[in-house]
This record gives sequence, structure tokens and C-alpha cells, in this order.
Amino acid sequence: MTSEMQILFWILLFPGFVFTAGLGLFASWLVRKVSALVQYRVGPPVLQPLRDIRKLLSKEVLIPEQANKWVFIGAPLVGLAGVLLLSTLLGVSAFWPREIFVGDIIVAIYLMVLPSLALILGSSASASPHAAVGTAREMKLVMGYELPLVLAFIVVIIKSGGALGLSAIAEHTPVASISGAVAFFVSLLCIHAKIGYVPFDMAEAETELGSGVLMEYSGGLLALWNLTSAMMLVALPMFLVQVFLGGFGTTPAGIATGLLKYVGVLVLIILIKNTNPRVRIDQAMRFFWIWCGLALVAAIALATVGNIYGIGWL
Amino acid sequence: MALSAKPIKKSPWVFHVNTGACNNCDIEIVDLLTPRFDVERFGIKLVGSPRHADALLVTGVVTAQAAPRLREVYRQTAKPCVVFAIGACACGTGIFHTGYHVVGPVDKIIKEIDPNAIIAYVPGCPPKPEAIISGVVKALSIL
Repeated sequence: MTSEMQILFWILLFPGFVFTAGLGLFASWLVRKVSALVQYRVGPPVLQPLRDIRKLLSKEVLIPEQANKWVFIGAPLVGLAGVLLLSTLLGVSAFWPREIFVGDIIVAIYLMVLPSLALILGSSASASPHAAVGTAREMKLVMGYELPLVLAFIVVIIKSGGALGLSAIAEHTPVASISGAVAFFVSLLCIHAKIGYVPFDMAEAETELGSGVLMEYSGGLLALWNLTSAMMLVALPMFLVQVFLGGFGTTPAGIATGLLKYVGVLVLIILIKNTNPRVRIDQAMRFFWIWCGLALVAAIALATVGNIYGIGWL
Repeated sequence: MALSAKPIKKSPWVFHVNTGACNNCDIEIVDLLTPRFDVERFGIKLVGSPRHADALLVTGVVTAQAAPRLREVYRQTAKPCVVFAIGACACGTGIFHTGYHVVGPVDKIIKEIDPNAIIAYVPGCPPKPEAIISGVVKALSIL
């Protein structure tokens, strides 16, 4: 039985806010540090992301005169709430499987879109032309990667015998087959675009749009966005681990290997970030819809054939 | 409402404003981000929007055309913020002080709109990256 206290604990402390934000800030430090090492630099100290947030919270919040005030202020809260709910959902289904049904893969897909939608809303409410260009790009990017992401999850659902619950899916490892591996790599790229890292950072594009979608945000609201993207760095790779790599398990050894898998996915993301230049939005759309789409159609066909004839490695 | 400038010390995000510099100081500023100097060690990050910035790195004599832009950028910056005048021109208009197009230096223009602005000076033509780092550290240490 789950009481209200238990649910509050889940949302605020363990898989939820404190845990995800702490691990997320650490992960965003890791991203900056490894990027620095790749470029033969020293990089920032461990506490740097925390200090950035603390500083932003102490700064003035500017709201543009022509902005739609309430949407502008509300959007970061919606984004944060979305990623908080997503990480709680993933954590509960990973560490308390079978205890309570909190949602399945379809709920997770919906929750994953929420931060991007909030970003689109917030930046289009800011009445800045730079942010408007960024918003248009972000919208196209969301349309671009959602299709292959859903197709990749169809492969997962086929490979795990039609299971939709996250805890049930985590008992299979779809990545140990050809179609599953293809789906894993494509969804890794989609996750990359969702976090908004190079090569898919054209919505922020500091060098051409002056931070694009986030341009008009300052002070505490910017801190909320930074916290949201830090928490995305936990929730999204966790989701891939849960769905493709066999999840965490409940034994200490299982949790340790799960964390190793998470770090592995994070390192892959960092390496992709550091070895690629920014692509144009039309190139990204073509890449996601045509190349990733075709690869996933082939993967779905392979997975279906494998499922019908009982060949596990297809 | 006066906000404390203390938290800026540990993570000063900088925005680069060119008000008619010859590009020499700008190149030295870009040098700061290279592996040799790597100011990200101190949490310094170059940002693309004055709304995110804690410090404005202003280079160049302020020309008649650039002055209204500099005022606007300063107004748009989230307070509290620090202004750094980088290079001889920004500090005191340098060799261009008799030029017909010069309305600067930087501190004069900034003080027109905010008499209490925090302004730090790093002279040199151009200042060495070491000098810029030392100027930034000294300025932040007295905040």
C-alpha cells in the first residue's frame, strides 16, 4: 500500500527532485569536464553547476515589455514539472517494480515531450525575434525526432513481447539483437536532440542566435531552465537504460551495473557532442525522417520476423 | 532593490561588447577561452545574450554609433553586473582621443545612465590575456 507520505517521498526526495537534481548537476559538470578534457583544457570545478544556479537565483529577473508575462513565467515551471514527473515515474518503476503501477512507456513518451513544448511556449511568449527563430527550429526539431523515437519504441515493444509497462520492458534487453541495436542508436540520437546538444543545438545556437530560445530568460527563470536540462541529463539516459539495456534490477549488484550502463550512455552522449559540428535544421530533419526512419522501418520488419519465427538475435 | 553581487564571484558569465575596437582586444579575449588559458576553470563562460551576463567585456573607444547600443546593452543586462573596460581605448580612448567620431570612453557612457555602475579597467594595447585574467580576478575579489 502506498500512502501520501510515500508518494511525497518519491516525488521530492529519492527518485524525484533532490536525487535527480543532484545527479543531474553532477552529470552536467561531467559533460563540461569531459568536453574540457577532450579539448586539452582543465575544465570547471565540481560545484560549478551548483554555483551557476545559486548565482542565477540571486540575480534580477527581467521580463520583456511585450512578452506574455504569465506564459513566460509559467513555461519553465511546466518544463521542470514535466521532467520531475518523468524521473519520478522512471525511478519508481525501476526501484519499486511490481509494487505500484505508475505508468507505462506511452506515459513516458508524453512526459518526455513536455519540457520541449514548454520551451517552445516560453520562448515564443518572449516576443524576441531571435527567440522566434529558435522557436521555429525547436518546433521542427521536435517534429523531426519524435517520429523515429516512437518507431524505436515500437521495436522495443515487439522485442519484449508486447509489454507496455516499464518494469516489464526492463526485464528484456532488446539491445542484444540487430533490430534492438539499431533502435538503441537511433533513440540515442533522438535523446541527444531532446537534450539540445551539438550537433542538434540549432535552437540555442549561441554563435548565430545568441542562445536563441533562452535568449530573453534571466535570473531565476534561467536557473529553472538550467535545472530542467540538468535533470533531463538524468531522466533521458535512465529511460534508455530502462527500455533498451535491461534496467536496474533491485539487487545491489543490479543497481551498480545499472548505474554503469547509465554512465556509459552519458559518455556516448558526451562523445557525440564533442566530435560533431552543428547541423542545419533541414539536415537534421532529413537525417531523422529519411535515414533514421528507413533504418527503423527495417528494424521493425526484422523484429517482427524474429518474433514470428522465434529468432532472438534478429 | 539592491541585490548582492557576491555570488557573481564564483561564476561570472561574460558578454562581449565591441564598441569600435580594432579587433586586437577581441582576439585577446577569445584567447582566454583557448586551452592555454581556459578561464572555464574559474567558472567564466562566454554567453550569447546580455540577459544571461554578469559582466560586460567592453572593447574599443565608444564611437558615436556604438554609444546608444552600449547604453542599451547595459540596460538589458540583468543586474547586478560588472563592466570591464578592456584595452587602452576602452579605458581612456587611447590614441583616438581627438577623433571626430569618439564620444567615449566607456566609463563616461555607462555612468551617464547608471552612476553607481561597477567598472573595472584593464589597460594595454592590447592587454595580454594574463592581464585580463588578473584584472578580472582583482575586480571580483573586492566585490
